[in-house]
Amino acid sequence: MREFHLYMAQRLSALVMAPFVLVHLGLIIYAIQGGLSAAEILGRTQGSVFWFLFYGMFVVAVSIHAALGLRTILGEWAGLRGRALDATAAVIGLGLFAMGAHAVYAVTAGGPA
Amino acid sequence: MRAVPRAHPLWLAYILHRLSGLGLALFLPAHFWVLSQAMTNPARLDAFLELTGMPLVKLAETGLVFLLAVHFFGGLRLMALEWLPWSAPQKSLAAAATAGAFLVSTLFLMRAI
Amino acid sequence: MTEETTIKVRVQRGTADDTPRFDRFEVPAHDSQTVLDVVSWIQQHADPGLTYRFACRVGMCGSCAMMVNGVPRWTCRTHVRKVLGDAAEIEIRPLRNLPVIKDLAADLDPFFDKWVAAEGRHHPTRTRHDPIAPVDPGSAERAQASAGIECINCAVCYAACDTVTGNPDYLGPAALQRAWTLFNDAKEADRDAILDAVTGPGGCTSCHSMGSCTAYCPNDLDPMSAIAGLKRAAARRYFRKAG
Repeated sequence: MREFHLYMAQRLSALVMAPFVLVHLGLIIYAIQGGLSAAEILGRTQGSVFWFLFYGMFVVAVSIHAALGLRTILGEWAGLRGRALDATAAVIGLGLFAMGAHAVYAVTAGGPA
Repeated sequence: MRAVPRAHPLWLAYILHRLSGLGLALFLPAHFWVLSQAMTNPARLDAFLELTGMPLVKLAETGLVFLLAVHFFGGLRLMALEWLPWSAPQKSLAAAATAGAFLVSTLFLMRAI
Repeated sequence: MTEETTIKVRVQRGTADDTPRFDRFEVPAHDSQTVLDVVSWIQQHADPGLTYRFACRVGMCGSCAMMVNGVPRWTCRTHVRKVLGDAAEIEIRPLRNLPVIKDLAADLDPFFDKWVAAEGRHHPTRTRHDPIAPVDPGSAERAQASAGIECINCAVCYAACDTVTGNPDYLGPAALQRAWTLFNDAKEADRDAILDAVTGPGGCTSCHSMGSCTAYCPNDLDPMSAIAGLKRAAARRYFRKAG
C-alpha cells in the first residue's frame, strides 16, 4: 500500500501545483519585460500574505513532487533500491523544502520599508 | 539501426517529461539559493538579476520556461490519460489541445521577450 | 536470375554465463521470407548449434518472439522486407528484459512469475454445483475485459517496456493487463485482492505510460490503457476509503 501512497502524493502534489505553475509562468512572462531587478521583485512580494501563501504552498508541493520524481529516476536509471533509495529521496525532499522555505521567507518577510 | 530503435510518439512524450522534470529538479536549488540572497546579500541578488539581461542567459531562461511548460502540459496529459476514462479519439483531441496551448504560450513568451 | 541475392544477418550467441557475442551469416534471400525462416535457415544450413524457440509458425503460440533490429517481434509473422528497409543487415537477439538461456532463447520464468504475482488468477463467485452465471456481453465492464483476452503471453510487451528494464520489480504490461481483465470479469469475486496485488512495489503505479507495450503488441492489444484502468480503479478505491 505504501508504494501506492507515494503515487497518490506524486499525482496530488501535481494537481495542487497546476494553478501555481500557470500563475508562475504568466508572472515570468510579465516580469521579464523591461528586465529583472531585486527592487521590482521584492516590491511585489515583501509583506504580502498572498504571495507568502502562494509560494509557500508551491514550495511544499514542489518539494514532494520533485523528490518523488527523482526517487523514480534514481531507482530506474541509477539502480538505487530499498532503504538507500528512500533515504536519498527524503534528503532531497527535505533539502528542497528547506532551501525553498528560506527563499520564500527571504522575498516575502518584512513590509516595504 | 536507429540510435533509439523503439522511439515512437508516446515514448518521446515520456522521455521529454522525464528529462524536463529532471532538469527542473536540478535547477530548483539554484533558483531557491539566488532568491534567498534577497535576505542575506541583496547586492548579490541584484548582480545575479543583472545577468538575466544577457542574451545567453536569456536563452537559458527560455529553455527553463520551455521545460516548465512542457512538463506542465505533459503532466496534464498524463493525469487525463490515467484518471479520466476517455476513449482513444478523445485522447488525441486532448493531445492536440495541449499542443495548441503550448504553441500559444511559446508565442506569447517570444512576444514578451 | 543467375546471381543469388543474400541477406546479411547478425545473431547474438552465448549462454547466460557468457558475454553476448555476435555471429554473422549470409542467408539466401527469397520472396515472402520471414525472420523465422532466416533463423531456421541458419540452424539448418550454417550452424546446427543455434538455439531458438518456435512452435506454430502462424502467430498463434507466441513462442518465437525475438528482438529484430532492436524491436521485439513475432519472427514468424515478420517479413524480412519489412525490417530490412534501408538497413544493411538484420540484427537478431533474444527478447530483452529477460535472462538468456542460450543464443535466441530467453528464459520466460520471471515473466510468468509476475503473471502470478499480479493475482492474474480467477477467484470464482460460484462452485461447480451452482448454475453458470450469466455474462452480459454488451456491458461496459465486459467490453473492458474482452479487450485484453486475446493475449497469448508472447512477452513482446515485456521486452518493449523500458520501465521493466529499469525496475526489476515491475510486474510488466502483460501481467497487469491480465489483472485488469479479471478485475472487469463479472465472475470475479475478489477485486480487492487484485487491486492489492497490483498497487505494491512494482505494481501499476510504476508504469509511466510510455506506451511501448501498446505500440508493439502483435495482437493490437492496449496494455497501457489497461494499466491506466488499474490506476484509476486504485485511485477510486483510495478516495472512497478516505471520503
